[in-house]
Amino acid sequence: MVHTFVAYVEDIPGVLTRVASLFRRLNINIQSLTVGRSERPGLSRLTLVCESSGEASHRIRASLFKLENVVDVDDIAQAPNVTRELALIKVAVTAQTRSQVFELVEVFRARIVDLTSESLMIEMTGVESKIEGLIEILKASDCRILELCRSGKMTMRRGHHTSGVLRAMGAKSEEHVGAGAMAGGESD
Amino acid sequence: MAKQTTQDNAHLTTPTQLTGAEIVWATLVGESVTTVFGYPGGAILPVYDALRKFPIHHVLVRHEQGAAHMADGFARASGKVGVAIATSGPGATNLVTGIATAMLDSIPMVCITGNVSSKVLGTDAFQEVDITGITLPVTKHNFLVNRAEDIAPALRQAFQIAQSGRPGPVLVDITKDAQQATALFDFEAAKPKPYRPHPMLGFNETALNQAAELIRNAKRPVILAGHGVMESGAMEQVRTLAERAEIPVALTLLGIGCFPASHPLNLGMMGMHGEAWVNDSIQNADLLIACGMRFDDRVTGTLSSYAVNAKKIHIEIDPSEVNKNVKIDVGLIGDLRQVLEELLPRISTRDGSAWLKTIEASKGESAVRDIKNIPDSGHLYAAHVMHDLWKLTSGDAIVATDVGQHQMWEAQYFHHENPRTLVTSGGLGTMGFALPAAIGAKFGCPDKEVWVIAGDGGFQMTASELATIVQEKIKVNIAVINNGYLGMVRQWQEFFYESNYQSTPLISPDFVKLADAHGIAGATVRTRAELDEAVQKARTADGPFLLNILVEKADSVYPMIPAGSALHEMILRPKKNPLIETAEDE
Repeated sequence: MVHTFVAYVEDIPGVLTRVASLFRRLNINIQSLTVGRSERPGLSRLTLVCESSGEASHRIRASLFKLENVVDVDDIAQAPNVTRELALIKVAVTAQTRSQVFELVEVFRARIVDLTSESLMIEMTGVESKIEGLIEILKASDCRILELCRSGKMTMRRGHHTSGVLRAMGAKSEEHVGAGAMAGGESD
Repeated sequence: MAKQTTQDNAHLTTPTQLTGAEIVWATLVGESVTTVFGYPGGAILPVYDALRKFPIHHVLVRHEQGAAHMADGFARASGKVGVAIATSGPGATNLVTGIATAMLDSIPMVCITGNVSSKVLGTDAFQEVDITGITLPVTKHNFLVNRAEDIAPALRQAFQIAQSGRPGPVLVDITKDAQQATALFDFEAAKPKPYRPHPMLGFNETALNQAAELIRNAKRPVILAGHGVMESGAMEQVRTLAERAEIPVALTLLGIGCFPASHPLNLGMMGMHGEAWVNDSIQNADLLIACGMRFDDRVTGTLSSYAVNAKKIHIEIDPSEVNKNVKIDVGLIGDLRQVLEELLPRISTRDGSAWLKTIEASKGESAVRDIKNIPDSGHLYAAHVMHDLWKLTSGDAIVATDVGQHQMWEAQYFHHENPRTLVTSGGLGTMGFALPAAIGAKFGCPDKEVWVIAGDGGFQMTASELATIVQEKIKVNIAVINNGYLGMVRQWQEFFYESNYQSTPLISPDFVKLADAHGIAGATVRTRAELDEAVQKARTADGPFLLNILVEKADSVYPMIPAGSALHEMILRPKKNPLIETAEDE
């Protein structure tokens, strides 16, 4: 199954290697990884998506916590969340084909962010399926995709949840192995 | 030899301007380090130059792997953090096997390496290697330090990480310019943030009551005691649990010593070379109480058939070990001693005699046919050697073993009463471990009798450390169990590869002459009758002593669970082994 982990890690050199190395050791392929600054000074927030067995999530989360530079780990599992991905798509166009791309962009609520006589660049934010949809349609059209760049997924739980709130709540589903600092594996 | 040292350690209480190199030692002094094991070289020279000013004894090894194993042996025997030092490049990479050995066995250790100047980091400068990258998967954590002011905080944090939670090795790589620069050394200010326990630890009322309930209702419970018993100092608590509820205790290899061998509830070692009754009792159990052990494959055999009828309580400090190999019923995730102190008040006395009798009855023939009970037939078996060494040392010595047949025979026939008396590489199974680890153990426990028990193969991997023994003028006794083979591999070839003894016969030097070349006395032992006198001679000799013990060549360790088999599918001692038994024995 697909697992989504959100982790706060120290914003210092080498931390990403440590996180990635853990998945390499477990022979788990990382499908998507986004990292950036967070609301907490000195800490980066990463969203990591991977495919592995259902019971692996406990061990992955426990192993992530063992890394000295990892401060918090949340296993999103099936909890209500907002997940978004950003895509930049450069498409070859001619004066004749340009308008049909404009229409597609309109339908998908994407944006044109660069325009030249031979190409244009589409910026699109949305869930994975929506981005996949636009790409499929573009592929089926007369316009060739020149470059495609996708950010990977960013995930945030819905509701007024900060990690502090979650810590206070504990993680009910994990009681048999101890309460976690952040909610984890609510789906199981 | 007298060193001009700053004995007053004023810099520990008053912030002082020091070079990075001096900060290294000053921090070690502050962390109560008295002995380090190392090997100098270009990128660590500033640190070595500053050593004369500090009250720390440096043991010069002959290979950096030796330094890591010595720091490891020091830690295992003393319970303190071991420290190893090496230079950049090959010096650092030579540590790696020793670091991995400590990692797999959760040994608290701090390794300090020099590196090239930060200005040339990443340029393939002479003797530059990315040691923090290389050791990333085999350390609990590591640091690359390139400023003098960062040395003390990194080292202090390294000591905290190495000892806290589930212990492990930490490497601190310090660039040469950081060693040469000066910074204000403030030991107090360099104190790490308070230790943050793993956030997934937890053992609540419900889980404790569930565990107590399972123990109360169990008919055939077994306690599985591992290395964690020693690391958390829970020997008393485990013993109390076993005695109060009359539960037999099986030990992992690294758990040996955490529960007295002579205790009537001690079953002995479990797993691949555990005695049949130990593994059978685990397979027949209805409750396993795993204390500070991780269900390693050498302990469980095939997982699908492991103790299928038993409920499992796992008391463990590392949440990532829970449900990793064996699915458990109740997890008490935390420090073993703390957990047991919470659990014990919920446990009342319980009559376990029926189950104990069943186990006792199952010992039956296998115990009687034990090789040590067979009269001297002129053959010298390694099992005899272990048994006699145990008897002659009153079981009080610290024994460091290598890896292979002799390691298993030692575990079977040398009966350890006390914790931290067996120093052996369990998880990684590192040949060449015994000799340097024993040297480290001797520095950790100078008043204890220390024996190396090594095979002829493994001994030659680190035999150069004989010179370290001589230079340090320490007394370590060495028993080379010499069978002319890489014995355990030979045994596997015999059992599983149609006796194709490919690359296992071994021509070795005359070990007594080798010892003599180092100025170490020695003797060769060929018969069991000679053994007693030779061991006593070694023990009473002023200096170190080496015994070259020529044992039966084609002997095998029994019982054995073939890799990939179930725990009860043991290869038992042959009913009639022509090698072991003569006609008169029948």
